[in-house]
Amino acid sequence: MDQKDIKFRCHGVQVYYGDTHAIKDVDVDIEDKTVTAFIGPSGCGKSTFLRCLNRMNDTIASCRVEGDIRLDDEDIYHRDVDPVQLRAKVGMVFQKPNPFPKSIYDNVAYGPKIHGLAKNKAGLDEIVEKSLRRAALWDEVKDRLDTPGTGLSGGQQQRLCIARAVATEPEVLLMDEPCSALDPIATAQVEELIDELKQRFSVVIVTHSMQQAARVSQKTAFFHLGNLVEYDDTNSIFTNPQDPRTESYITGRIG
Amino acid sequence: MPVIWIIVAVLAIAGAGYILGRQRALARAGGDRRELHSLPSYYGSNVALKVAVPSFLLLIAWMIVQPFVVENAVSGMIPQSEIDEGSSLGLVMAEVRRAATGLENAVAQGVITEDFARNARADITDITQRLKDAGQIVTSDITQTILHAAQRYRLLSATGDMMMAIAVLLVALAGALWGLRESVPLFRARNAVERVMRAILVAAASVAILTTLGIVLSLIFNTIEFFRLYPAWDFFTGTNWAPSFSGRGGSSELGVLPLLWGTFYISLIALLVAVPIGLFSAIYLSEYASKHVRSIAKPMIEVLAGIPTIVYGLFALLTVGPLLLAVFGKEGLGWMQAGTAVMTAGLVMGVMLIPFVSSLSDDIINSVPQALRDGSFGLGATKSETIRQVVLPAALPGIVGAILLAASRAIGETMIVVLGAGAAARLSLNPFEAMTTVTAKIVSQLTGDADFASPEALVAFALGMTLFVITLGLNVLALYIVRKYREQYE
Repeated sequence: MDQKDIKFRCHGVQVYYGDTHAIKDVDVDIEDKTVTAFIGPSGCGKSTFLRCLNRMNDTIASCRVEGDIRLDDEDIYHRDVDPVQLRAKVGMVFQKPNPFPKSIYDNVAYGPKIHGLAKNKAGLDEIVEKSLRRAALWDEVKDRLDTPGTGLSGGQQQRLCIARAVATEPEVLLMDEPCSALDPIATAQVEELIDELKQRFSVVIVTHSMQQAARVSQKTAFFHLGNLVEYDDTNSIFTNPQDPRTESYITGRIG
Repeated sequence: MPVIWIIVAVLAIAGAGYILGRQRALARAGGDRRELHSLPSYYGSNVALKVAVPSFLLLIAWMIVQPFVVENAVSGMIPQSEIDEGSSLGLVMAEVRRAATGLENAVAQGVITEDFARNARADITDITQRLKDAGQIVTSDITQTILHAAQRYRLLSATGDMMMAIAVLLVALAGALWGLRESVPLFRARNAVERVMRAILVAAASVAILTTLGIVLSLIFNTIEFFRLYPAWDFFTGTNWAPSFSGRGGSSELGVLPLLWGTFYISLIALLVAVPIGLFSAIYLSEYASKHVRSIAKPMIEVLAGIPTIVYGLFALLTVGPLLLAVFGKEGLGWMQAGTAVMTAGLVMGVMLIPFVSSLSDDIINSVPQALRDGSFGLGATKSETIRQVVLPAALPGIVGAILLAASRAIGETMIVVLGAGAAARLSLNPFEAMTTVTAKIVSQLTGDADFASPEALVAFALGMTLFVITLGLNVLALYIVRKYREQYE
């Protein structure tokens, strides 16, 4: 595998929720145009760490982040950085599909409208269609773009949320267990989608399914009790884990 | 036997039944409570309920029916000739009842003997005098017929009361026997008690519904009576409200439109004040305020809801009115004649409604799932963009419901209008003029000394009915919208 650009450089990241030390001294480099998977047992801090990358933790009052996280060599926790701008560059898809109670069209057009990405209605139409196509949803919804997004099935809703995130043209897409609320068929569709998305973005995915991590990612990070235990190529992690804890976890002895 | 003693006796039987039922069930199970279908206390409760519920129902029913029966029997004794010109059977019967109560109390005080009270040949003037001496008010001199009727009334009531006591106690004892016979180990006492509990809950719910029905019926009959005296068309389309107070003059103009306009205008101003302020404070409290601020500010806003409306009325009269007059009155812009005006009442009513709007909206905004906010933040939206474009649209149907509930409060409000808006019924667009509302006029039509059967008094019921239909419509609409909103997230 050839050397790729590093998108995120994280160094000595600590996260505290009040008195709880949730993330302990994590160093991780996330490559561009790569799918990186975070695995680990529940409560190990992988979602918390993911939410540090677009400062979603700012919305939690008791949360405190220390250390150095750089996106394209820029410190995202620097006081000059506007978290709102950052989140436009680092999109996020959540565990439970959360379409807005608006039409399918307005769901996708939401981000572009806020950030002024389209000059006119035709431009907006184009962005919506392109995003829905990229999320492999266009053919299913093109005839009912004005119906509520909440009326779609679970899998379709999640792909709508991905289309919504893709529409703002982010550089990184964070996915927090995007398939945990979906059936196997919808999961397969989303995974296929993730594979295509990595042509354009860096994708970071948190997952509980080790098979999923093995299927979709090129790099895998294993978290345990707030520590980053091991971070390597996905192949190495699953075939030749260095740390006994990683081995126990992927063989199903712990977690 | 006074009713209170009947109640005590029934409760005593129920208490004894509880203990006996419990003991009997345990005894039949050989002292082993695992042999019983239900816990022993359920067997006791079953007996107690079988004593108390039927006997109290009988007691209530008897107390409602007995006066009708007695009245019916006695009213037959009064000949048509006894009813004076301009009087009615009802008035004579009232006299009979008063005389009967007077006799009763006089006997109780020991002024007259029981025999004397029952003496059909008693001298009328003598008995009137004695009743007056005993402090029992007798409005006019008792006639022979009234005395006889009153004596008969007393007798029938006393017999009825006695029969009631016997019947209720018999029912209670029968219930105790029935319950005790059931207290055997195989009897499903727990399920039986459960059924009674459900029946009690259903009864409680029915009381609320039946009361509403009763209110509607009492309004309807008087409204129909009014429309018999005054044409409905003139009432609903009349633009002039000028009741004459000369009794049955028939020269009154009773058009509802000026009152409806006043109601609408004042409510509109109130909502224009309450909706933005209430909504904005709800948004601040639910989205921006820290937990600490919220825990102090929210109860303080809700204190507004606890202030009696008459106090708001005083505030309108003493503070807001003069303040507005200083700006818009003769000294200022010259639009306003006096402190009482639509604007005064509307502003104060708006303040009164703020907690309704803010408290309900706050709950509704809080119930919008956090996932939607996260989704919007995750796309790089700011807080106010998220609120405007995601949270508020999601909460909108609920907020509309809250506003409609506030509107029906505004329409039904009376005291602020009486003190703040004046009493003139007027169709005008100037918000600085005095106007009045439907509710305020209901009060003034019924508190005068107009004859209760005149259209001037009966119009109050037609007004009440109109108002009831309007607020009912608003509430139904609000409930419909709120329910539709609920379906979205479940």
